[in-house]
Amino acid sequence: MHELAVTESILEITLRHAEQANARRVTDIHLVLGDLASIVDDSVQFYWDMISKDTLAEGSTLHFRRIEALMKCQDCGERYKPGDGQLRCPKCEGGRVRVIAGEEFRLEAIEVDSDPPTDGDGT
Amino acid sequence: MKTRVEVVEKILSANDQLALENRKVFDDSGVYTLNMMASPGAGKTSLIEATIPKLAERYQLGVIDGDVATSIDADRAAAAGAQAVQVNTGGECHLDAVMLKGALAQMDLGSIQLLIVENVGNLICPASFQLGTHKSVLIASVPEGDDKPYKYPGMYRGVDALVINKTDLLPYVEFNMDYFRQGVEALNPGLVTFPLSCRTGEGIEGWIDWLIEAVEAHKTREA
Repeated sequence: MHELAVTESILEITLRHAEQANARRVTDIHLVLGDLASIVDDSVQFYWDMISKDTLAEGSTLHFRRIEALMKCQDCGERYKPGDGQLRCPKCEGGRVRVIAGEEFRLEAIEVDSDPPTDGDGT
Repeated sequence: MKTRVEVVEKILSANDQLALENRKVFDDSGVYTLNMMASPGAGKTSLIEATIPKLAERYQLGVIDGDVATSIDADRAAAAGAQAVQVNTGGECHLDAVMLKGALAQMDLGSIQLLIVENVGNLICPASFQLGTHKSVLIASVPEGDDKPYKYPGMYRGVDALVINKTDLLPYVEFNMDYFRQGVEALNPGLVTFPLSCRTGEGIEGWIDWLIEAVEAHKTREA
């Protein structure tokens, strides 16, 4: 279970960018996670609600965009999802294959409520 | 006013940044470093014990042992002749760059040339946390079963070498080496692999030669 460490990192990145944007509140966080990234959405959400309390991100919603694992055969060019207990190319049965998607692990964007720019005289 | 702020940052970027700082500490001290990962019981400590005496004439070794509790592993490494520091993670299932940095403060890096970091026994989490080491090594073992690359692809993806330990048990357990290697090849093409037995010593030489070559090649690059 390393979801707590991951969630803390998400909060650190979120708050840093929220402050730079002069946000009053963070409403949404958009995460991109490949299926090979070994992260459980529900656990991250659980920790998020706990550790974002009393921060700009309290009450915000995490959005998980999942990217399916995808492989490509170097011999016949077939693109396919890895099977259950089988990674070889399902078309030519070759073993020269590559993982081409599924390892994404990034915070893409946040949505914030920010103060409108004030006039020069502050009124 | 609601605004969308584009971030596009790797989630563990703070850890990655600290890992880079650790790497600089290693390079400044001229210490070559390995991150050794495996499931519990695969033989990380046994491999370290078998490695230390084989390299004793060439290098002074350091070992940092990560475990949830106890100093059993560091004691074993120290008894084998290495400078050893134990890190107890409390509950954490992996070492991260911060924990390693803390352990480095307790080591005399000036007096060693090779540092082996023995990660917490776990086939999931350690793969995600960069430590700043020069190379990552995964130790699989025959009794774990031949399906591990398929079940834990993340771990097999990011390593630079693979040891297959306990080959002396091959006659006694169901382990299809071809099926295992097919999975490894798909996830990490061309990965250098050392089938060996820490118990009998068979195959250890190939691993030791690789390690010496890696240390020497690094020395040449740094010089």
